[in-house]
Amino acid sequence: MARFRWGQSEGGRAALLMAPPFAYALLLLAVPLLAIILFSFWTQDFMDVNTTFTLDNYREIITQPIYGLLLQRSLYVSGCVTIVTVLLAYPIAYFVSFHVDPSRKSIWLFLITIPFWTSYLIRVFLWKVILGYNGVVNSGLMGLGVIDEPLTFILYNVNAVIITLAHAFAPFAILPIFVALEKIDRSLLEASQDLGETRLSTFFRVTLPLSMPGLVAAVLIVFIPTIGDYVTPELMGGAGGKLIANMIQTQFLALNNAPLGAALALVAMICVTAISLLFVFLNRRWLRGRS
Amino acid sequence: MTALISLRGVQKYYGTYHALRGIDLDIKAGEFFSLLGPSGCGKTTLLRTIAGFEGLSDGTLKIDGKDMSGVPANLRPTNMVFQSYAIFPHLSVAENVAFGLRKSSMSKKEKSAAVKEALDMVGLGGFGGRASHALSGGQRQRVALARALILKPKVLLLDEPLSALDKKMREQMQVELIRLQRQVGITFILVTHDQEEALVMSDRIAVMFEGEIGQMDDPETLYRAPNSRRVAEFIGKMNFLTGVVTTDGGTVSVDVAGLGRAELPASQVPQGTVPGKVSIGIRPETLAILFDGETTQRRVVDATVSEVVYYGDMTYYDVRIAGVESALTISMKNLIGRPVLDVGAKTKVIWDERSLVLLPA
Repeated sequence: MARFRWGQSEGGRAALLMAPPFAYALLLLAVPLLAIILFSFWTQDFMDVNTTFTLDNYREIITQPIYGLLLQRSLYVSGCVTIVTVLLAYPIAYFVSFHVDPSRKSIWLFLITIPFWTSYLIRVFLWKVILGYNGVVNSGLMGLGVIDEPLTFILYNVNAVIITLAHAFAPFAILPIFVALEKIDRSLLEASQDLGETRLSTFFRVTLPLSMPGLVAAVLIVFIPTIGDYVTPELMGGAGGKLIANMIQTQFLALNNAPLGAALALVAMICVTAISLLFVFLNRRWLRGRS
Repeated sequence: MTALISLRGVQKYYGTYHALRGIDLDIKAGEFFSLLGPSGCGKTTLLRTIAGFEGLSDGTLKIDGKDMSGVPANLRPTNMVFQSYAIFPHLSVAENVAFGLRKSSMSKKEKSAAVKEALDMVGLGGFGGRASHALSGGQRQRVALARALILKPKVLLLDEPLSALDKKMREQMQVELIRLQRQVGITFILVTHDQEEALVMSDRIAVMFEGEIGQMDDPETLYRAPNSRRVAEFIGKMNFLTGVVTTDGGTVSVDVAGLGRAELPASQVPQGTVPGKVSIGIRPETLAILFDGETTQRRVVDATVSEVVYYGDMTYYDVRIAGVESALTISMKNLIGRPVLDVGAKTKVIWDERSLVLLPA
């Protein structure tokens, strides 16, 4: 075997090139994750952390119904946000990809990202202004005489959380779908019509299946982070709209119970991972089932 | 017999760009018809209007006697083989071929039998289960053919189907396309910029320039008797000389600059020829070099070799002749015992009144 020298063999050079980002990833992803896993098997002993291995935290999560309820609600909200966001994002991405003049596409994408120029927090507050008791929607509808008294189901509940998050994540869904649509060879659509399909059936037989990778990416990009979002439910959710992330935050900060918070975070993460994997798996099966 | 496809006064504008300038065309059932022309001449636009991907700005298009205005591509009795082949990447070979059968009344079993038959026909038997992205260029082309032919269209439209293939594959596919067309008896309309391809494959060719049809004829007529200088330039190699036509009773003579005077046989005089200056075309193979030791009864003129290009089976000579403005190209078969001349060699060129193609100036 040839003697291995750093920076001389191809493998060595690759390792050298990879080392900094690898170390960075290790430091910022793996180490905190390991710390969380470790913490979840410890317990909080008033001011100190008791480092004897125990499953007490998990036992509490399973036996206390509040955690299950919050997790269920979180998954429900994330699911709704994902469906709403992707359903609204697809037509926008489709329009920009298929109906916007190629020279104007970049300006359209630029416009789509404009909401991101303001901070997330400010955008959440703006939704409060829009959806509030005396907000834009209510006063507008009342001014038009559509309703007699302000609608109350649009703020400080789960609906408000879903609306706000759907708006916040829209560009994350639009961009991957747009990229997938851009990659579709336009002659495939003509071929489909040439072979007897209408524009609508061409969409379902060619465009949609070929944009599936973008759609899957959009679903995952929206679904996974929304589970962990605690700012929007805190500000928009009211008493009945709190989610698992709020509980994790409360455990870590207000209740000073990091081990229980860590266990909750892990449980939430495992749920999200399981659901995401299931989604990807089903999607593959469905695509293969068609072919 | 009426034409299967009939175009009358077809015009197409893209904004201010005039892509088709009054096309009149009749294509018979079972014909192998080619649209030939340089890029940007409108041949692909014409094909796409027949397919239904482009509307007409003016004029009529009838297929099988039915007016096609307002009939979308999916309802026309035409199918197309795209330049990029447009094979659906998410479907297998068999699914690609079966794509257009969704609405047919065939049972599942009949469909798979039809797919198998179509794949066998294009020489891809046993490829049905393959993923479409694992195919070579030639195989993709065959899938595209099978996918279109399985629907038994009245017309098969081929948009530069061979341009993406290498030379050997292209020649093989030319022969196969001709065989297929005879086998299925479907009208083929081929778009190509390759004059050789058009000559080899077609029953008739329309040569297009700048949105117009310059000449429409069978390959032999097109090659032997181009009706204009631009057609003569586009089809094959052609030397151009100038001459003066004189008429004396029923006979037409032409005085070719540098070569001399010749009386033209009646078959070589285009209609409407009038006395005066003309452009004259001469194909390289209708001239010949008189090698040492050979004799001829035909006309001979002195020349000097200015360029030699050796092709193995052929040698192309450029020769200078006193009184002729530019060099003339002559192609000679490298027969046994025939030498290859050197540049600067003095020689004699054999020509004949039958070499001359009169072109309207």
